[in-house]
Amino acid sequence: MTGIRTETLNVSGVALTLRRAGEGETLLLLHGANGNASWLPVVESLSANYDVILPDHPGFGDTDAPDWMDSISDMAYFYLDVIESLGLESFHLAGHSMGGWIAAEIAVRDRHRIKSLTLVSSAGIWVNGTPMGDLFAWSPQETVRRVFARQPVIDEMLAYEPSEEEIGMMLKNRQMAARLCWSPRLHNPDLGKWLHRLKLPTLIIWGDSDGIFPEPYAHAYHELIPGSELEIYEDCGHVPMAEARDAFLSRLLTFTGGAA
Amino acid sequence: MDFYFFNLMPYGALDLEYDKKYASANLLLPNSYYDPEEGHKLYTRYMDELEYADELGFDGVCVNEHHQTAYGLMPTPGVIAGALARNTRQAKVCVLGRALPLVNNPLMIAEEFSMLDNITKGRFVAGFVRGLGVEYHAMGINPAFSLERFHEAHDLVVRAWTEIGPFAFEGKHYHLQYVNLWPRPYSKPHPEVWIPSQGSEETIRWAAHPDRKYTYLNVYSPFSAVEQFMGMYRRVCEEDYGYEAEDRQLGLAVPIYVGETDEIAAKEAKPHIEAFFNKFLRIPNELLLPPGYTSISSLKAIALAKREMLGGGKTMERMNDLGMFICGSADTVRTRLEEFQDRIGLGQLCTILQFGTLPHELTRKNMELFAAEVMPHFRGRLRRPRSEAAE
Repeated sequence: MTGIRTETLNVSGVALTLRRAGEGETLLLLHGANGNASWLPVVESLSANYDVILPDHPGFGDTDAPDWMDSISDMAYFYLDVIESLGLESFHLAGHSMGGWIAAEIAVRDRHRIKSLTLVSSAGIWVNGTPMGDLFAWSPQETVRRVFARQPVIDEMLAYEPSEEEIGMMLKNRQMAARLCWSPRLHNPDLGKWLHRLKLPTLIIWGDSDGIFPEPYAHAYHELIPGSELEIYEDCGHVPMAEARDAFLSRLLTFTGGAA
Repeated sequence: MDFYFFNLMPYGALDLEYDKKYASANLLLPNSYYDPEEGHKLYTRYMDELEYADELGFDGVCVNEHHQTAYGLMPTPGVIAGALARNTRQAKVCVLGRALPLVNNPLMIAEEFSMLDNITKGRFVAGFVRGLGVEYHAMGINPAFSLERFHEAHDLVVRAWTEIGPFAFEGKHYHLQYVNLWPRPYSKPHPEVWIPSQGSEETIRWAAHPDRKYTYLNVYSPFSAVEQFMGMYRRVCEEDYGYEAEDRQLGLAVPIYVGETDEIAAKEAKPHIEAFFNKFLRIPNELLLPPGYTSISSLKAIALAKREMLGGGKTMERMNDLGMFICGSADTVRTRLEEFQDRIGLGQLCTILQFGTLPHELTRKNMELFAAEVMPHFRGRLRRPRSEAAE
């Protein structure tokens, strides 16, 4: 892809690999448990308007984990160090899935430099009566069927044969995701108590057919964050960037552009 | 060689057609498949068999821990061990083992084992395991911390057993202001410890360490692998730790069936041992090997080979060839066990004489033939190391 640079930032003993593209206000993208693959296809489009930064979290992709990285709380504090280290005084923050959870945890700790927050199909909370899907128990085939909603996308994903390197990367991501998210599964029982502190422009984006965090999770986030906006796509699974790409991009740009 | 009788207590009344609807007899199989009437009968019968093993002169009777599965009905093996402590006379009572990382307070295991050690007057063996990967799903414990928790819990248990309290224990996973064990163990310095494992160099090195000298008990591996692991144990002791391993430090758990002839044994065992491997031990990789439980490199090898760890399609004949099952007349079984003893210097044999759906009458007959015609042959028999050339 053109214009995407790979950089390394040394923070808190971690050599953080990040992809960066474009100019303008900074948009920091945090990826989910499966690594940067969900955001990567939209980085170029977003870079037309923003200085887009997409790090590989410690323990994921091209970044190795330090021994002390044990929880999403550690990850949130680590990113506060990253934000300082990058000298970001005012930036837009968007997270997908586990990355949404990290984004929410960062924002409840220190919201003052964050211009806008976008949570996409986000982990982090538990909704009574609506169990999450168990991505750690699914076979790779079942995962594809639960994560995506549209048959052509499912067929394409099922036909894909990952390379040896990609398998190694998937296993690395999965192992770190388990370390951070196994129990309590993909949420912090205390987070809901503090989401009212997110007094900043917040957009919640979800697919109505998300097999990991069903749609009630979107409404729960919407209710917990005062003044948040909610956008739900039909016939869309856990990755709106893939299954509702154009609508997603235009909504995100409108929202971030309007955030004062 | 010493002989132990291991009963896994499977739910022998399992509808074996379950696998047309469900991928595993572990975790996801609804417990509507469990009938308490059958369960009561099975517990009674299995405990009778364990007590009978004591009468037959086995050196120990063994139970273990599994959760949310038809494979083994002992989520709390201490309940069975407690009953055995009173209803057996000479056999050691062995819990092989309890899964340390699966509990949030390992002090409870130190206490439970210490009670058993006191009640039996030291006729007790304590087993420590990590638990199967699937049990990290079953118990909601993070598999990525499995090894850390195992070591930390082990250290806590041994300190609780051997140090005078009260003292504080502050670890990464366990935090106790007061450790002060009542009762202290009967055995000095503490109960005999065995480490059941499927074989990894780290586990072998750790168990063999001169501070521990724990018995390494290999489970469910082809004999060629067992030979490698046992060789590694002896080599590590000799080359790295400067001592010679005793035979008692090497143990093997293996299903065995003895019949009047090879033909009768094969005919009687076949449906039950195949149910054991193909139905009770059927676990998909995602459940068996949760992320973090195993190293990325071994998971990668499995993914690349598209390998099913514990799937179906295992025949008795194949299991017999691999040495994962020993079946035949007393003479055949003796000959194979002699070979095991001579090649690896096996000191402890945990016989699994009930497996899968094997009914009570056949289990009793198997136990009687083994006790009468196989065990005595090895009493006092020493290892006769076999060189490659002599074979």
